[in-house]
Amino acid sequence: MILDGKCPTGPIEQTWDKHRFDLKLVNPANKRKYNVIVVGTGLAGGAAAASLGELGYNVQAFCYQDSPRRAHSIAAQGGINAAKAYPNDGDSIYRLFYDTIKGGDFRAREADVWRLAQVSNNIIDQCVAQGIPFARDYAGYLDNRSFGGAQVSRTFYARGQTGQQLLLGAYSALSRQIKAGTVKMYNRREMLDLVVVDGVARGITVRNLVTGELESYAADAVCLCTGGYVNVFYLSTNAMGCSVTASWKAHKKGALFANPCYTQIHPTCIPQAGDYQSKLTLMSESLRNDGRCWAPKKKGDTRPPNQIPEEDRDYYLERKYPSFGNLAPRDIASRAAKEQCDEGRGVGPGGRGVYLDFAASIKRLSEDTIRERYGNLFEMYEKITDENAYKSPMRIYPAPHYSMGGLWVDYNLMSNVPGLFVLGEANFSVHGANRLGASALMQGLADGYFVIPYTIGGYLATIKPGQVKEDHAEFKKSAEDVNKNVNKLLSINGKRTVTDFMRELGTMMWENCGMARTKESLEANIKKIPALREEFWKNVKVTGSGADLNQQLENAGRTADFLEFAELLCRDALHRNESCGGHFRSEYQYDDGEAKRDDVNFCYVGAWEFKGVGAEPELHKEPLKFENVHLAVRSYK
Amino acid sequence: MSDHKTMTLTLIVWRQKNASDPGKFETYTAKNITEHHSFLEMLDCVNEDLILEGREPIVFDHDCREGICGMCSQVINGAPHGGQVRTTVCQLHMRKFKDGDTIYIEPWRARAFPIIKDLIVDRSALDTIIQAGGYTSCHTGGVADGNAILIPKPVADEAMDAAECIGCGACVAGCPNGAAMLFTGAKVSQLSILPQGKTEAAARVTAMTKAMAECGFGNCTNHYECQAACPKGINVKFIARMNREFLKAQFA
Repeated sequence: MILDGKCPTGPIEQTWDKHRFDLKLVNPANKRKYNVIVVGTGLAGGAAAASLGELGYNVQAFCYQDSPRRAHSIAAQGGINAAKAYPNDGDSIYRLFYDTIKGGDFRAREADVWRLAQVSNNIIDQCVAQGIPFARDYAGYLDNRSFGGAQVSRTFYARGQTGQQLLLGAYSALSRQIKAGTVKMYNRREMLDLVVVDGVARGITVRNLVTGELESYAADAVCLCTGGYVNVFYLSTNAMGCSVTASWKAHKKGALFANPCYTQIHPTCIPQAGDYQSKLTLMSESLRNDGRCWAPKKKGDTRPPNQIPEEDRDYYLERKYPSFGNLAPRDIASRAAKEQCDEGRGVGPGGRGVYLDFAASIKRLSEDTIRERYGNLFEMYEKITDENAYKSPMRIYPAPHYSMGGLWVDYNLMSNVPGLFVLGEANFSVHGANRLGASALMQGLADGYFVIPYTIGGYLATIKPGQVKEDHAEFKKSAEDVNKNVNKLLSINGKRTVTDFMRELGTMMWENCGMARTKESLEANIKKIPALREEFWKNVKVTGSGADLNQQLENAGRTADFLEFAELLCRDALHRNESCGGHFRSEYQYDDGEAKRDDVNFCYVGAWEFKGVGAEPELHKEPLKFENVHLAVRSYK
Repeated sequence: MSDHKTMTLTLIVWRQKNASDPGKFETYTAKNITEHHSFLEMLDCVNEDLILEGREPIVFDHDCREGICGMCSQVINGAPHGGQVRTTVCQLHMRKFKDGDTIYIEPWRARAFPIIKDLIVDRSALDTIIQAGGYTSCHTGGVADGNAILIPKPVADEAMDAAECIGCGACVAGCPNGAAMLFTGAKVSQLSILPQGKTEAAARVTAMTKAMAECGFGNCTNHYECQAACPKGINVKFIARMNREFLKAQFA
């Protein structure tokens, strides 16, 4: 099967406008007859639920937290891109499009990326209208800064809390619709199954996390906005509750999973300190505007950083990538940091770290200016490490951060299962094999505010509302299956905790399928994961009951899904015999260590079809065409 | 970083099966804790031991563990979030404690925050307050260019100072009256400071303060415990601003 992304043709500049015009419309008076489910209420889900509710659809929105305001989009620090070209430095929609295609190592769809760049400008206007206090200059205009992978300043920001402010904006818009009654909000619910009737998505089964009750919800369309899966590595920058569960359940019900091996390792995280650690904390990429990355030139140089003279320091990013310097894209900067450490020149405990040094900027701009720009990040760093980064450089190391892969969707954000839409990080569409900085917030809000309100109408206009209700046999069957799974997890009463299994899986994934992968390491994982999965189902210990708030049970379910998904991720990494963006296969590199892409054989989206647990999945390909940005070796030198 | 030295601590934790259970304190021992553990990682370790003993782990709300989502909510030795300046529980580290310490851990206590289980409380009343008017009524699409209305930097900065609120509810838990004035004041102020929010300022402050009272929150009597408890350092001046906005709305 060759997949069709249904991308509009013709001049790229006109694709989205033409497509919008061609989409069928739902009459305003008919919109209230349609029910739409939105799972997840972060940037993509919150914005989608608010916008669809406002249009007049009946929306039911779900989140696992106690409030939609807690979604992990809130933790994004640095900023959001838009092609406003306010700083007069040569930016344009075309350049944002170009940077994103190239940044993604030519593994994203041109039409989707064009649309993202085009609507980016609307997003800023929308957020300003919502009362988001973006940074302003003294004349009162919006301020900008730069991010990795770009040579222009196109990033809009709200101190170091941009994600928080954008999420609270979407949450406010959502709150307004909840009050108006167009959106019914269900907090503390976790989606545990997708209900598919005759091949069409018709609803979901959720567990009420407070009472343990299973609940069925039917709708005319389901939007999954459930974020990413990098917690498969156990330690990551994601929130503790981020999981692959919703996507994986949809995958098991027929949705194709695209490019799971594209996982972003973010270069500027606080290094791991001990075995007890539960997560890793990101330091915004914007810090690389003013911080310089370096490692000692000599191996095993244990002198404190301020006693290492200039001539003994290697400012490796500035040396290797003079035109982008410290603002090289994330995959490049991550690999460069790993290289320093692998050569024995890493700093801090275990030599897993490099310096991010602000001394030069503090000297040039003053400590106050640096505090103004990044104060909260310095505070956060101090709380975690007990070190003052104004006085000595931060120590950073790469960590799993974002998934560029996700459920396969066409240009309308609809998966191959009719009626199932996937938005934001949960889909695979715009980042290719590497996401540039400040583009995740952009995608979440683009999908939620400016894409789905149009494209879902095109689908709903073709179907009759309310064809399937909660009393349908498929809902009953789905709830029974979920219940069986819950009871099974509670009945095993083995000897190992859920966390113990998750930590073992994560270590295996990080070591064999992390920043560098080889055929051997991946094959080892594909052999070991099923064994670990088998042990899990025999030896996991989950205390308590299913008819109660039970966090161990929640974690057990998520871990069970990660144990299945991890195998798919490794299989995808194994089949892709090339290096591109966040997917680095050690066998495929140039002499200077740069990633070696293979456009002849791998210029496609790899989308996998589920064939059963433990069975080999089937690969489907969607060829990628580059008509506007020509395939070229990606260079930041 | 200094060498890891381990600590043993005594924890006295509030356990309550559900909203109707009377609840009680139980005592646990936290072993092999280093100064680099976060407070929640320390609890993770205790929970792992409890699970292996076949006992139910302590449940507590948490998610981002980066101090920003506002989900974590524990009163530690009488202080919301543990009482360290501008710190959420998830960012509190064990280096602030010493070997042999006894630590009391309780949930947020406020009439408007009923306990769900152990350390988890229901904070949906804060959502109700926002739903009453914590937004600008702009539609998606069709808005003006972001630079069409100039906003002086000090104004944007002050709005941002208010907007930093993470909605954790520590201000309510710290207040002897269980008031949500700092939380509400922060949102009312953010939106009334900015030109985009000004047109609806009077209706907003009226609706939000009404919702606050209906949800069972108390009133402010100037104890300033909210400011002391706030992990984001939200200033009580925003309560004063809300009061001013409220008065203005009465005469509008």
